[in-house]
Amino acid sequence: MSFPTREALIDFVYDEARLIDERRFDNWLELWAADSHYWMPLEPGQTDAELVTSLMYEDAFLRKLRFERLQGARTYSQKPHSRCHHVLQRPFVDLIDHQAGAFATNTSFHYVETRLDDQFLLAATARHELVLEDGHLKIKLKRVDLLNSDAAFGNIQLFL
Amino acid sequence: MNRYAGNPGTVEALVRPTEVHRDVYVDAEIFALEMKHLFANTWMFVGHDSQAANPGDYFATEIGKQPVVMVRHTDGHIHVLYNRCAHKGTKIVSDRTGNTGKFFRCPYHAWTYKTDGGLLGIPLRKGYEDTRLQNSAAAGGMARVGAVRNYRGFVFARLAHEGPNFKNFFGESMCSIDNMVDRSPEGQLEVAGPPLRFMHRCNWKVLVENQTDTCHPMVAHESSVGTAVRIWEQSQPAEDAPKPMAMQVITPFMSSYEFFEEMGIRTWPNGHGHTGVHHSIHSDYSAIPDYYQKMTEVYGVDKTQAILRENRHNTIYFPNIMVKGPIQQLRIFIPIAADKTLVESYIYRLVGAPDQLLERTAMYNRLINAPTSIVGHDDLEMYERAQQGLMSDGLQWVNLQRLYQGDENFEETSIANGTTERQMRNQFDAWKKYMVVSMQAAPS
Repeated sequence: MSFPTREALIDFVYDEARLIDERRFDNWLELWAADSHYWMPLEPGQTDAELVTSLMYEDAFLRKLRFERLQGARTYSQKPHSRCHHVLQRPFVDLIDHQAGAFATNTSFHYVETRLDDQFLLAATARHELVLEDGHLKIKLKRVDLLNSDAAFGNIQLFL
Repeated sequence: MNRYAGNPGTVEALVRPTEVHRDVYVDAEIFALEMKHLFANTWMFVGHDSQAANPGDYFATEIGKQPVVMVRHTDGHIHVLYNRCAHKGTKIVSDRTGNTGKFFRCPYHAWTYKTDGGLLGIPLRKGYEDTRLQNSAAAGGMARVGAVRNYRGFVFARLAHEGPNFKNFFGESMCSIDNMVDRSPEGQLEVAGPPLRFMHRCNWKVLVENQTDTCHPMVAHESSVGTAVRIWEQSQPAEDAPKPMAMQVITPFMSSYEFFEEMGIRTWPNGHGHTGVHHSIHSDYSAIPDYYQKMTEVYGVDKTQAILRENRHNTIYFPNIMVKGPIQQLRIFIPIAADKTLVESYIYRLVGAPDQLLERTAMYNRLINAPTSIVGHDDLEMYERAQQGLMSDGLQWVNLQRLYQGDENFEETSIANGTTERQMRNQFDAWKKYMVVSMQAAPS
């Protein structure tokens, strides 16, 4: 895929959410570029990922750690496992720059996570910054802004 | 059912030398009495003065269940006022931070108050002529808390107008805050962004006790930290490869029992205490370029080394905050109900120090204290299971016996093996004292 179309970018975002909902994290981890981050800011409009607190700012090591922990024999907060469910609005394609190999989408979504008798709903917007690596689209940055990122939460255990 | 109000003897009976009755964690009446007595009689953390840096800046929060506003007055002093209009009770501010200018204005009937709480103006004032308003409860303006003390930027308040003074209440324990502030070459901290806010369905004391519980990390955090260690080893790093900052932060949680035994615990009177007398999980962080040099330029070599040699783990300021001096962090355990507690985790910038120190601190906060933290997930699961398990009628006492030595005198500062539960016993000794000191026995 040397020149991703708008449709390919939009499909990528939908497919990514589906991998999480179906707990296919092995495949999900392969979607990421070599030097990439999953970022969930704490403050609406936050610009700095590192010198103030974020909810998450995870490189490849931390993403793998979160995934591996979910499978652990002594991961008591995942006995039983959490399950999740995304409902996505059609992504906006904000950037297609074939020359630079840079692409960006903006996607509003509702996310439901459940475990035992508890279930909660989060509203969020994801910005995907995508690049081409070996002809494949990869995530350079996925920024997830929760609508109520400044609210108090209980455990949020999966990737949104 | 009033079993405890007006009956201090029954409250005291909940605390034995090595165990406490589960009612201290689950009983709604005990919780109400804690708010009325314990949280009024002790010195409570309110906020950092950098959260109200300029005149008119305010920070709205709660002391126990009491809504208060911490505000910088025109003369530079910090006041702590109940967040309530003297007129009809309307909360004056609802946003958490802001600037109110020279006065607060109630949004309901426009009564105004100076930023020291004094009543400034009432629209259509002539309606109060000859009504002896000056004799009313409203005439005093926004009510002030009993006492306020700004200690090196950390603002504490006592709701009760009578009670222990600041110095007697904290004694030597302020040395942990001193060490945190001294780590700035300018002797000053600034709050860095908003706090993480993590809701826990458990009693606030379950959380406070966990802060000096050194026998849980290698068990409860095996799933997160043990997995991190395994992934790192599987990646087969070169012998001399520097450990990533994230690994430096989380690996020490898997330290051995011996490590935690030898780190030591110090207890101070009035329920204060800390882990990490000799070393701690914060001792082995890599040096940050230029920091040591900046410190020695100000303090000289000896004092710099003394400041940086101190690597205390968690310091409890009874009843409900924990401070980490080496990484400039403060967590406050805000009681909401007997089985509900909001934890807010703040970080501070060392003014004049390199940014990498703050980067590590921010990383620690999100990796350990966030509602999205895999380490936090381990802890919350244990706290909530404890709260649920305590409803069992099979046993009604919680054990605090580890390394109990008999006839403990909590009025003395003590240093003990780092796995002792003496600090938990120290907290309950202070709990009992400040619960009953203002309780009157009902006439029988």
